[in-house]
Amino acid sequence: MQDAVPGRGVVQGAPLLSIRDLTVTFASRGRRPVRAVDGVSLDIAPGETVGIVGESGSGKSVTSLAALGLLPKRGATVTGSVDFEGDDLLSMPDDELRALRGRDVAMVFQDPMSSLNPVLTVGRQITEILTRHRGMRKGEAREEAARLLDSVGIADATRRLGSFPHQLSGGMRQRVMIAMALACKPRLLIADEPTTALDVTISAQILELLRELVVGSQTALVLITHDLGVVAGLCDQVHVMYSGRIVESAPRRPLFADPQHPYTTGLLASVPRLDQPRGVPLLPIPGSPSDTLPWSQGCAFSPRCTRSIPECLGSPPALLPAAAGTPHHLVRCVNPVRDHAGAVQQ
Amino acid sequence: MSLLEVRGLKVHFPIKKGIVLDRTVGHVRAVDGVDLSVEKGRTLGVVGESGCGKSTLGRAVLRLEPLTAGSVVFDGTDLATLGGKDLRAMRRRMQMVFQDPLASLDPRQSVSSVLSEPLRTHGVQGSHDARVRELLDLVGLPASAANRYPHEFSGGQRQRVGIARAIALNPELIIADEPVSALDVSIQAQVVNLLEELQERLGLTYVVIAHDLAVVRHISDDIAVMYLGAVVEVAPAESLYDEPLHPYTRALLSAIPIPDPEVEDARERILLTGDIPSASAPPPGCRFHTRCPWRQPTRCHDEVPLLRVPTAPPGLPVADSAAHQVACHWAEQVLTGELQPSSGGVTEPESAPTV
Amino acid sequence: MSLSQEEAAETRTGHPEEARGGLARDAVRRLRRSPTAIVGAVLVTIFVLVAIFAPLLAPYSPTAQDLSQIRPGSFPGPSREHLLGLDQLGRDELSRLIYGARYSLIIGIVSVTIGASIGIFFGLVAGAFGGWVDSLVMRLADIMLAVPGLLLAIGIAALLGRSLTSVMIAIGVVNIPIFARLLRGAMLSQRESDYVLAATALGVKRWRIVLLHVFPNSLAPVIVQATLALATAIIDAAGLAFLGLGSPDPSIPEWGRMLAETNSFLASAPLLALWPGLAIVLSVLGFYLLGEALREALDPKLRR
Repeated sequence: MQDAVPGRGVVQGAPLLSIRDLTVTFASRGRRPVRAVDGVSLDIAPGETVGIVGESGSGKSVTSLAALGLLPKRGATVTGSVDFEGDDLLSMPDDELRALRGRDVAMVFQDPMSSLNPVLTVGRQITEILTRHRGMRKGEAREEAARLLDSVGIADATRRLGSFPHQLSGGMRQRVMIAMALACKPRLLIADEPTTALDVTISAQILELLRELVVGSQTALVLITHDLGVVAGLCDQVHVMYSGRIVESAPRRPLFADPQHPYTTGLLASVPRLDQPRGVPLLPIPGSPSDTLPWSQGCAFSPRCTRSIPECLGSPPALLPAAAGTPHHLVRCVNPVRDHAGAVQQ
Repeated sequence: MSLLEVRGLKVHFPIKKGIVLDRTVGHVRAVDGVDLSVEKGRTLGVVGESGCGKSTLGRAVLRLEPLTAGSVVFDGTDLATLGGKDLRAMRRRMQMVFQDPLASLDPRQSVSSVLSEPLRTHGVQGSHDARVRELLDLVGLPASAANRYPHEFSGGQRQRVGIARAIALNPELIIADEPVSALDVSIQAQVVNLLEELQERLGLTYVVIAHDLAVVRHISDDIAVMYLGAVVEVAPAESLYDEPLHPYTRALLSAIPIPDPEVEDARERILLTGDIPSASAPPPGCRFHTRCPWRQPTRCHDEVPLLRVPTAPPGLPVADSAAHQVACHWAEQVLTGELQPSSGGVTEPESAPTV
Repeated sequence: MSLSQEEAAETRTGHPEEARGGLARDAVRRLRRSPTAIVGAVLVTIFVLVAIFAPLLAPYSPTAQDLSQIRPGSFPGPSREHLLGLDQLGRDELSRLIYGARYSLIIGIVSVTIGASIGIFFGLVAGAFGGWVDSLVMRLADIMLAVPGLLLAIGIAALLGRSLTSVMIAIGVVNIPIFARLLRGAMLSQRESDYVLAATALGVKRWRIVLLHVFPNSLAPVIVQATLALATAIIDAAGLAFLGLGSPDPSIPEWGRMLAETNSFLASAPLLALWPGLAIVLSVLGFYLLGEALREALDPKLRR
């Protein structure tokens, strides 16, 4: 059966970003090729906040890197289509793609120290973007850079323009990254684990900042993270990835109120929660992320799944609505946690 | 009866500068006067963010860092006074589980060598092979793991090896320094459960150092919250989460994301301003006052608050718990709501960011 | 709670047949896959085999002279009897080249052994004790390194008189501070590792930690350096011979010396300069490639 496309039709109108059947294969000499992303499709509407959740090996980061053409040419094979406002990013010539990145689509990474050029001042790095993409003159660009730093909550912005990255703390560097990403008012901002390397209180500040900046502007935000708690408060739509494919996709309330995929329920049950009593036992997902089947042989999660049945092996389950009445809650499972009669069929 | 009692512990690292001869120009006050106690069979959780000194504290308790001042009394003996041979003998009784399972295992050592090393070091009698098999079984690894090398295992399995090494000598106290933070989320629960099971089976006493409050709450009986080298609040786990007294604890708790949209939307978030100050130049008075939403014009900036049991108005649950201590001048007023937090923008600390 | 047997059988990457065994086996496996390593290994193997089996391979004796074909200013080039022709004294060039491999190999091995063993000793002492011992050793190493390698070698060779032994000692001495620094640096960084802390927490005695944990883990860069040092030793020996500091015996077919001797008749018999030059280049290249591949194979960060 054909997979349904996560995110399609959730919001009216043409999608901003439309990924279809994105597959990324890494091959290196002497080793078996690895399918990091295995046929991912999803739609993102303008102004939407989308969360992509998964652990290491799920392919969540590679998906966004591949979509923006940021993977190394050698060793990585990318197939499928990534449509951004009518243009296919995967077949776009390099210089057009480079112009698009930074202007229309921006990305914020996990480790701001390695994303910022250590030998240039923060101000210089921002003004460079402004002069190149928005065609500003130096003086204009400096003023705008100061305004940007201020908008991300850095006090004494004008003075801070002259700071080097190593003079700033982790939280401030991340704010600078966000300022740089928003310099050209992109229509899509991708944040890959933006708070994972930060302390909890700083991370809360950054998430609050992202929320403020995105609500109100028409910028769509894709938040890639392993933390379900982060997406619970921030995202309109949540996609859960496992071993290169989306295994569950839903608007945030239904996802947390009624999780269907055993992986999703497993994640939720294995994490201690502040809002639950202390004594609730943790139910770990058995095995480890490396205990996985290739999707061609059945469900990749079945070796670790407590609900695995014989139908799980043989051919991969399709991504389908969990129930007839919830067309936007998709699950890739033949034996989901709440088995609605007649809804999920192979 | 406390198995471990720490009093006035200080660990200050000198900052040296100079071209030919090194001069000491200052100190990083990683641990700056900490009192703690842990009873036999219980688990003490130590939480805090980066720079709070919790890892240094854990290492100092095991005398893996030099103590600048204070005492660490383990079962009646002050570890700070012990010399070479006696200290080594004492090490049998207290062990550590490290954060990064890959870095804490010698890449050239097979698992069987890793696990038998403590046995060889302390001249344990009997068959080491049998003991290695027993340890592997205790942590849920197959016997075939003995001949493999660390890089052949997954993160969770390596951490199990680390735990097996820590229990090899049947210690009484285990200090776990961020035992699950380097692991995938789905594996963390496995290791947490393993630690709990081992505690019950072997009668262990734990000090668990972590920054993940939800995990610490789950596993600990009592919790100490650290900020910039000092303990700002200590309480039984239940009380800490039900009734946090210190402004920092409150901010910390409100910052932790909860996987429930309803809860997240309804939550009041106490956002701290600015970044964590440097441990080489902690703010005067209350260490936290530069970021505190409840900061008052008096006392906060010049008087160091000591850990004390707050005098709560009658009727409030915290009044009954003598074990709940907090280091804040205005704890009672914050609790009753007499003092309200100010809304903040982001201000910067005067000093340079975290060392 | 216990892991399933299936999970236990799998390794982290899900490729059970790979990644088995200790670090040495892992490194060998990586070397086998690297084309750089293979080319380097082939060149080095040829070099070593030629050196060992010289008497069997060389068609003539390296010292036998056939002056019948020598005219002043003209030496016979390659012919069927003499594949690479004759040198200026009528000796078979190919045979001299083959025997020359022996000298280069011996010089390389002996000098690197001298340099590495003494250098490792001092590096170990510095890395193990730290403090003033470390400072003292490092300052001595600094002094030695301050003198340009070739000058130092020239000085020593001149001091000890012209002989092959003095060349070997000279090159060896130049290598001492390099190895000492390398090992000491590696040990210093390994000492900060968590596994050292773990061993201390277990109560393992300090000297055991240093010798059994820190030292073995610090050897990787030293091994790589030894391979590269072998290469440079061959070049240095050739250079010293070129400058006239090698053995005074004219019959010894050492490549550098052979190269030096062609200086005077480069115009008339350029090929005679090509052969020893090519031999030097190929054998040095072999060691460099092998060293580079070793560096990658032994780098723990590149491991899966």
